[in-house]
Amino acid sequence: MLYFTRAKTLGIAALCALGILLSLPNLAPRPGFWPGFLPWNQVHLGLDLRGGSYLLLQIDFSAVEKQDLASVLDQARQAMRGATLGYTGLHADPDQNAVTLHLLSPADAPAAQAALQKLITYGQGNAGPNLALNVASDGTVTLTIPNQALIARRSQAIDQSITIIQRRIDGSGVLNPQIARQGTDQIVVQLPGVSDPERIKTLIGTTAHMTFQMVDETATPGPVPPLGDEILPMADEPGEKMIVNSDVAVDGADLTNAQASTDPQTGQWEVVFSLNSLGAREFADVTTANVGKLFAIILDGKIIEAPVIREPITGGSGSITGGFSPQRATDLALLLRAGALPAPLNIVEEQTVGPELGADAIKAGAYSLALGFVLVLVFMATFYGLFGWFANVALVMNLFIMLAILSVMGATLTLPGMAGILLTLGMAVDANVLINERVREEVKAGRKPLAALEAGYKRAYGTIIDSNVTTLLAHVTLFIFGSPPVRGFAVTICVGIITTLFTATVLVRLITSKWYVARRPAALPV
Amino acid sequence: MFMRPMFRFVPDGTKIRFMNGRFAGLIVSAILSTASLILFFYPGLNLGLDFKGGVVLQIQTQQPADFSALRAALGKAGLPDAALQSFGTGAAAQNGVLISLESRDNANATQTAISEVVTALNTAAPGAKILSTQAIGASVSHDLFTQGLEALGLSFVMILAYIWFRFEWQFAAGAVSTLLLDTTKTIGFMVVTRIPFDLVTIAAILTIIGYSTNDKVVVYDRVRENLRKYKTMKLRDLIDLSINETLNRTLGTSGTVFLAALPLALFGGTALSGFAWIMLFGIVVGTSSSIFIAAPILLFLGERGLRRASAAPAGAKPAR
Repeated sequence: MLYFTRAKTLGIAALCALGILLSLPNLAPRPGFWPGFLPWNQVHLGLDLRGGSYLLLQIDFSAVEKQDLASVLDQARQAMRGATLGYTGLHADPDQNAVTLHLLSPADAPAAQAALQKLITYGQGNAGPNLALNVASDGTVTLTIPNQALIARRSQAIDQSITIIQRRIDGSGVLNPQIARQGTDQIVVQLPGVSDPERIKTLIGTTAHMTFQMVDETATPGPVPPLGDEILPMADEPGEKMIVNSDVAVDGADLTNAQASTDPQTGQWEVVFSLNSLGAREFADVTTANVGKLFAIILDGKIIEAPVIREPITGGSGSITGGFSPQRATDLALLLRAGALPAPLNIVEEQTVGPELGADAIKAGAYSLALGFVLVLVFMATFYGLFGWFANVALVMNLFIMLAILSVMGATLTLPGMAGILLTLGMAVDANVLINERVREEVKAGRKPLAALEAGYKRAYGTIIDSNVTTLLAHVTLFIFGSPPVRGFAVTICVGIITTLFTATVLVRLITSKWYVARRPAALPV
Repeated sequence: MFMRPMFRFVPDGTKIRFMNGRFAGLIVSAILSTASLILFFYPGLNLGLDFKGGVVLQIQTQQPADFSALRAALGKAGLPDAALQSFGTGAAAQNGVLISLESRDNANATQTAISEVVTALNTAAPGAKILSTQAIGASVSHDLFTQGLEALGLSFVMILAYIWFRFEWQFAAGAVSTLLLDTTKTIGFMVVTRIPFDLVTIAAILTIIGYSTNDKVVVYDRVRENLRKYKTMKLRDLIDLSINETLNRTLGTSGTVFLAALPLALFGGTALSGFAWIMLFGIVVGTSSSIFIAAPILLFLGERGLRRASAAPAGAKPAR
């Protein structure tokens, strides 16, 4: 039991050295001689330790789905019109994700089937068909968006949203944001060092769908807009409204660039944009045909401004002057550059920790954690003497190895996580307590030192394995089924249990064996 | 110096008749756990923000905080449900204010409420610093709650399965029912102390469960070993012997974990003290339940199965 081959000894020493080496990034700046093949990873500090903002966003898919259904409705109407088939009761049914209509004559069923069949396309991968068509014998026609297509669409919307949020936050100058998907409909945004997230919240909370639409100057103001028109509020004065044509003349999706700048003549802030070739042509057409009329620039259903078209704009670029503050112009340009979100995002969870609070929490937490650690060391030394010191060496080593593994994994460490580590270390000495008690029993039973050590280690192992495997299993279950914050904790404990099994048994055994070989004591200090 | 052990909790050869106290132990535990269950339903746990939803802002005012002015300003801003509480220790408590709002119907309403608080602060306490903001929507908190409890339940099942696999079923049943009793008491402790029940305290409860399982396994392991060693000893005496033999290790390990958690409870600050107090309570409960609950349950369940032939002791009362 106490015999170690040279290779084994070297292996254990190498593992310990690696542990110290890989935990160094948390303790010191990177030295010049650090070899390139070794990772230089640090444990991430949670927001409670470094200050910053955490936002949990939930995608409102219903908006996407409503939009998709409206477009199916539109396509169905055009297809029926194109095939000159008579129908009534064309409507969208959002609960069923379906569009329904009734044929005037059920005999038209085959013709309707043929006409609507053309709307069905097949997506990439396992997305399946975009629509399911059903023509009943009584002339009821349903076009349903299948579940599989909905799931694919949602997944696409969430990926798109993450890309756009990333672009928006990068453009705002926040350093090292972490943006990740969570579950099927949530996005986690972490902003280290941001103590006032208002600006980011506005940037994320804006859908930024921009359109250019003609103002209907002939319509008389009233509560109900004329057919083909809509009533929209002004962005800076929501009480004031204008009637605009529902047809979108130019869509913001055709923007290729947007920059904030000042008008050289007036000195006012404006956003200068340029369009792709399609947008440029549309813009040229509409401005040529409507010189002298009002042209509304609309963002998320609000009119930013509605200037008069003085002359045709054919260059594919233009500017928006809405009496902006410098910040507002910069942010609007950023939003337009980054693109529109496919669906609105709601902030369902927010956590912001200011730098002062972070510092206080670290101080209180760090002092009490250090004190707890020292108390464990003192206890072991007084309770077990020399063998307690051996356990203490292993305990400190354990701390290094845990830190190394958590660093390499890129784990996030919060204050409760640190408390979890401390308690794991407190429980880690249990293995040594078990061994020492066993050795002591063997000595009392009259065994010679070497035999007592051998028997003690051997017999304690079964118990150590049983108790640690039980705890390990419980935390693995917790990791698999728990929510993300609980998972982080479970990972920390699991890592702790595994490193404990190594340091508390293998390492302490090695130290004990070296000591025994060097001293050959006549009696054990137990 | 420090080369030899300087003290022991109990001297070698201690023979405490723990099983004499088996009824007392079970009755006290049953009373405490029943009381905890009642407390769980009334008044119920103090749900933390994670599970209740709502908004909490920690602010620091420049002058000592004027609660009535703050309350008036918040009421005027359309937030009559805002609850104010001072926080911090010593001199800081004069300036630290915790503002909490109930859960709002939807995410937009929550965000509006936060900006209303900020506006109200600017008028009632100019220069006040917002130290932290935390807002959790009702749907998220509900998900976190059910997920947390499910994970907790499943890890119980895993513990049961492993102990069953490694020991006889009597051990598994004894360990898991003791763990359930421990957990209910911890919940009762949280109701009484009003420590908020949130993700951090769930983590504490889990650590406690891990610790407590560990403790039971060690005692059971010794019982199993002694069952092989002393073929004819009465189960009751054998359990007493096993507990006495492992007593120094039981107290040693609980001592170290207790010492590790104590500074956190006393000086760890708001973020850690709730966690640490639950740990301290759980260590005491978990250690005593290994001796006074898990072992008696094993005695009652095992009188037939574990010691068939030799189990009919002259003086011992059949416990069924």
